[in-house]
Amino acid sequence: MKKSWKEMDIGGLTEAASSLKFKTGSWKSFKPITDLKKCINCMICVVNCPEDCIPSKDGKRKDTDLDFCKGCGICAKICPVKCIKMEEEQ
Amino acid sequence: MPEIKALTGDQAVAEAMKQINPDVVPAYPITPQTEIAMTFAKFVADGDVDTEMIRVESEHSAMSACVGASAAGARAMTATSSAGLALMWEIVGVASGLRLPIVMNVVNRALSAPINIHCDHSDSMGCRDLSWIQIYSEDAQEAYEHTILAVRLAENKKVLLPVMVMQDGFITSHSLENVEVLEDSKIKKFIGEYKPHKPLLDIKNPVTYGPLPLQNAYFEMKRQQIDAMENAHKIFLDIGEELSKITKRKYYYFEEYKTKDAKAVIVVLNSTAGTTKAVIDRMRQEGKKVGLLKIRLFRPFPYKEVANALKDIKFAAVLDRSDSFGANAPLYSEIKNSLYDLTKRPKLQNCIFGLGGRDISEDDIEKLFSDLLKGNVSDKVKFIGLNE
Repeated sequence: MKKSWKEMDIGGLTEAASSLKFKTGSWKSFKPITDLKKCINCMICVVNCPEDCIPSKDGKRKDTDLDFCKGCGICAKICPVKCIKMEEEQ
Repeated sequence: MPEIKALTGDQAVAEAMKQINPDVVPAYPITPQTEIAMTFAKFVADGDVDTEMIRVESEHSAMSACVGASAAGARAMTATSSAGLALMWEIVGVASGLRLPIVMNVVNRALSAPINIHCDHSDSMGCRDLSWIQIYSEDAQEAYEHTILAVRLAENKKVLLPVMVMQDGFITSHSLENVEVLEDSKIKKFIGEYKPHKPLLDIKNPVTYGPLPLQNAYFEMKRQQIDAMENAHKIFLDIGEELSKITKRKYYYFEEYKTKDAKAVIVVLNSTAGTTKAVIDRMRQEGKKVGLLKIRLFRPFPYKEVANALKDIKFAAVLDRSDSFGANAPLYSEIKNSLYDLTKRPKLQNCIFGLGGRDISEDDIEKLFSDLLKGNVSDKVKFIGLNE
């Protein structure tokens, strides 16, 4: 929906946490494919992800949130057991 | 009762800041502004104000801290000059883009290179397109009163734009003048309590400041800034009228000095207006019809009102204390624009003077008036005081 300048708040003010609606994952040209069976849950990728889009719960690494992953490949590079592969987006 | 104090332009501004009692003042010293921050720091140390003074490591940080404080909901002020304003540049645009009502005193000083600490207007004119309201002051009294007015104008809900208040480096900032300092209680009442628009510290109503609007919304936000400037044009007069009730002085877009029947008029900013008035008084005694148009509000620029003020004048000289190198000088450009729609308009002479603090004398101004009265006007720029 296109908003008129008269309806918008000034200075670009928006509601809090509005970045959750901004799916930057569409920017990537490579996406990480993680083999969770091989993953040793060391969490190195979780703390190094610059987009904070690798979730974890109860000591387990979960699947990367591709809505926000920009495909930088840091996770694949630093994974000690090489369970993350970068694949070209089609 | 108002009190007459012997103050420099810088001290007068610090006095205004003391009465405004801002929440946060981040400042970095730079000649000739230093005395503002220095005098104000003493007020903070003596407990005369409640201000949190932040001694930052640069002007870029000074304006950044102003932006942070203002977004959080604080009334923030700072002061700078020349290279300090240049270093601030990136954040100067952030302040206006985020619509933060910061008030900054700019003590006009030439930009480097070559390095020079004296007065010209290249610093503030350089950022005339950054969506800050700009008010120019002839003397310490005006710098004092404009600073007070600026707070109200910036914080007006229909404006919410930062304001820059100028005065001439050294000429005004370091000259001792009689300044009428108004009663604290009256200024406190005039300024009122600051009610910020959606402050970050209102944690019950969280907001995002500074998001990333790309092709979808950036344009609309700039359109809002244009609208705010248009509002400021009218609201400047309303607030000025309110201040007039306390000071008994007028705050119109410009001051017309003996222009009613004038044949030749000089248009100028800041302290040179004072010199021009002295020359006019002398020449008027000799029956010469000369006058002055001193521009106070440069942004938003009062085009229609200027056109109206100049329409019956035969010859006008516009004196710029900075240039736009390769284009018309800033003030000349606006004055010429103002006159475009008139069928009968004065012949204009553009003059550039005083760069890097080069003095302009009463004799220079008298000679200019004499040339104008003779109709001696050329489309070539006159460089007053230049060693040809």
